[in-house]
Parts: sequence; structure tokens; C-alpha cells
Amino acid sequence: MSVMFPSSEWTVEFQKALNTNPVYAEAARNWEGDFYFIVTNIPGQPDPTTMYADLYHGKCRAAELVDDDSVYNPAFRMTAPIGVWRKVIEKKMDPIQGLLTRQLKLHGDMVTIMKNVKAAKELVNSLSTIDTQFPS
Amino acid sequence: MWYFQAPTVVYGEDALSHLSTLEGTRALIVTDANMAKLGVVDRIRQPLEDGGFAVEVFAEVEPDPDTETVSRAAEKARDFGADWIIGLGGGSPLDAAKMVRVLAERPDLTPQDVNPIVPMGLTNAVRLCTIPTTSGTGAEAGWACIITDRAEKRKLVLGSRDAFPDVAIVDPALAAGMPPWLTADTGMDALVHAIEIYTGSWHNDYVDGPALMSIRLVFDYLPRAYRDGSDMEAREKMANAATLAGFGLANANIGLAHALAHSLGGVFHPPHGRTTCVFLPYTMQFCIKDAPERYADIARFLGLPGETDAERAQALIEAVQQLQVEVGQPQDVRSLKIPEDQFHAEMDHLVASAEADATMFTSPRVPDSAEVARLFEYAYQGRAIDF
Ligand SMILES: [Zn+2]
Repeated sequence: MSVMFPSSEWTVEFQKALNTNPVYAEAARNWEGDFYFIVTNIPGQPDPTTMYADLYHGKCRAAELVDDDSVYNPAFRMTAPIGVWRKVIEKKMDPIQGLLTRQLKLHGDMVTIMKNVKAAKELVNSLSTIDTQFPS
Repeated sequence: MWYFQAPTVVYGEDALSHLSTLEGTRALIVTDANMAKLGVVDRIRQPLEDGGFAVEVFAEVEPDPDTETVSRAAEKARDFGADWIIGLGGGSPLDAAKMVRVLAERPDLTPQDVNPIVPMGLTNAVRLCTIPTTSGTGAEAGWACIITDRAEKRKLVLGSRDAFPDVAIVDPALAAGMPPWLTADTGMDALVHAIEIYTGSWHNDYVDGPALMSIRLVFDYLPRAYRDGSDMEAREKMANAATLAGFGLANANIGLAHALAHSLGGVFHPPHGRTTCVFLPYTMQFCIKDAPERYADIARFLGLPGETDAERAQALIEAVQQLQVEVGQPQDVRSLKIPEDQFHAEMDHLVASAEADATMFTSPRVPDSAEVARLFEYAYQGRAIDF
């Protein structure tokens, strides 16, 4: 069954998708760093809407929708309008090109990101396996 | 959405004279000791001084420059108050110059901080001119720089689109002094760039034309430039081939042969062009199993025979191998004089570095870890890829 992006249900599916993707587990085996995925410009929803994910050594240890973004202080924050997230999830945008064109804005330690391009790519490949609906 | 970005390219005979028309007051030439020794630095200094520049030289860039070297050069640029950084040499000095251009204006950053994702907030206070003295790296045309992290034994792909070279001066006379082996090493690197750009997943309409033309020029003129370094027509065509491929480097991405070569280079430091060229036939054999179409396109453009895409792609591999022989290039990793026991001892590290390389993920076929190890092994032994 398809789940709405962004939502609490979607974060559950996201965690499941990552934790059942052996290629991600391998590519991200050295990854340490939690994330905020921040979605802006969503019709009829609070702007922005923030999802938290704790990514550690190839696993997603926790994922949730957060109401107040002061709850965590994650190592990375990735921000984009919903239209851009949709393109990434539907694999219509290469996430690395999205970062390079700054349509996906990323804050955090870039050295870590540049050393883990494959993990980033597999993370996004996992997203695209989630049967996702978008608010219209 | 994507970009096509290129410096102003000044090319052909006497292109160096353009230096006297640059607007500025203080130029720091970033280069290597050899360029200073051979008198090439003086050929750059003169037109700059004619144009009213005060000139300083940092001639300490080593092959595979490291984070410490570029930081030192940037400090010199700041102390001197340079408003132009002039990169002069092969890929290493040009890459160093690109990093120096950013750090000269942003002393608060380390080299590792300079990445294409975050805006660097640069002004035009410092500008960048690149002058290649080899014909191959294409480093003159793009923003990326390969800087070595010695502590981690890794080459890092760094750089910022905000620090694009303002001017690239592609004067074939500078390449005329290359000995045949260097002509071949660097010329083959241009070929690897162009083939990987054309076949990679980031290829686009804007880089396809330059890449195809670059490939044709290398096949037509590299053997001539290799046999007779004073053949200035061949020198000019090879200089152009390298820069044309450089447009692709700046606006698309290279692939698997470079991922393997960067990884091997981080540990054993064989010459870059020779190394990418060794890997190319193997990575092509690996990639055409999934995606022969773009390789077949190149073969068609070159007029190579074949009834099907697979046959044409195979003909291209054979043409590359023939060219390797013609210009005296090694065809397996063993011939790069890397001892087998050390190669095997480093295999886990080699695989991990190749997989983390920023050129890996745009390959038309992306290998898993076991396949990367086999690619290394087959390329070492000189075995055709059968997986
Ligand atoms: Zn190269």
C-alpha cells in the first residue's frame, strides 16, 4: 500500500527499506551520522516538515517525523522543496546532480559526504523502492 | 536541470601572448620545479610582466599534490596579495592552482572543505588562469581538483564550481617539449576521459560533441605526436583533444577506469594517464556487457566495423588496444612495476577507495565490491574480462 510523503508512516517505510537493502548496508558500513530530511513547499502541510533518521554503520537505527526541529542536532540536514524530493524518490533526478546544482541543499561535513558517494546513492535507491504518494 | 560551464579558451599558435592582456596587478604562478628548471616559467613571466604584473612563483607542486602543499601555496598567494593565480604545468600544478585560487580568498577553509555542494562565497578578487604544458589531463577546462590526503593514502576529488578557471591558455608550443612517453601517457588519458564521458550516465548533448571529436583527434594524431614531437599540427590537435575532453570533465563525469586508477594511484603513485589507460580496455569489456550502445556510437563515428552494437563496441576496444601498442603503453597493471605481493596486500584498501571514488557511480555498469576486486586482479594479470 502506498504511503504519503512526508509523513510518520513514510519514515517507518523508509527505515524498513534501508534495513532490508544489503547493498546499502555494505556501501554505508562505515557511515556514522544522523540526518534531518527537510521538506518545504508542501501544499496544506506545515512548512517545513522535518523527518529524522539515525544512520549508523549501514543500518537505520531510528526514523521519525519531528514536530520541533530542536529535538535533535543531526550531523546533516538535507533540504529541498517537495517537487525536488519527488523527482529524487521517483528516480527522475540523480541525487548527486541534485546536490551539485544545489536543488538539494545539504549542510554538514562535506568531506564525509564526498567520501561516501556510493552510500548516498544507495540511500536514495532505497527511497525509490518505497511505494510513495505525494500531496497534490 | 544541469550546467554547461567552460573557461574562455585561448588556443593555437602564440596563445601565450594573451597573458599580456589580462587585467590585474599581482600574479602568482603555481607550478612544479621542472617547469622552473626548463625555463617554461620565464616564458609565462615575460608576457605577464609586459602586461604590468608583479610576478611571484610557487614552484613546489609535487606529482599528486597533497593538502599541505596547496595550503602552503595559498599562504604565499595571500602574503603576496595575488589577484591572479596562474596554474602552469601538467594536471598536478593545475589542480593545485585551482585549490589555491579558493584558499587564497578563503583562509578559513581547509582543502578538504572545498567541495562543489556548498557555495564558496567567492568574489572576483582572485582569478584563475590555467596553462597546460601536457596534452591530456583536461584540468585546464574544469573545476575539479585531485588532491592527495597522505595520512589516509587517498586521492580526494575536491574543488568548487564557483572557482572555475577564468581563462585557459592552450598553446601547443608548450607541449612540444614532451618526451614521447609523456606524450603517450597524457594523450591516452584524454582518450580515456572522452570515452568515459561519452559512455557515462551523466553524458549530455553539450559534452557529447566535444567528447566524440576528442576521441577522433586522439586516434588520428596521437601516433604522429608520439613519433615526432616536432610535428606541430599533431601537437596542436592533441592539445585541442585534451581540452575538448576537459569540457566533458567539467560538465559530466568520468567513470570506472578512473575510479580504479585513482585508487591505485593513492597507494602506488604510477603516472595517472598511463594507469587510466591500462584499465580502460578492461572496464570497457566489463561495461559493454550491460550497455554497448554508446560504445558502438563511438565506433560508428570512427568508422570501425561491426554489424551489431556489441560487435562495434568490441571493435572500439580492439582499436584502443592497438593504439596502446602503437604508442608504447603497458597493457596490464603488472607492467606498471607494482610488485604482486604488495598489490595483493593492499587489495581491500584498493577496493574500498575505488568504490568511494566520485567517478565510480556514473559508470554505465557499476560493479559490486567483489567485481571491483576481480577487475583489479584481471587487469593485473592481463586477463580479458569474462564476468
Ligand atoms: Zn584522467
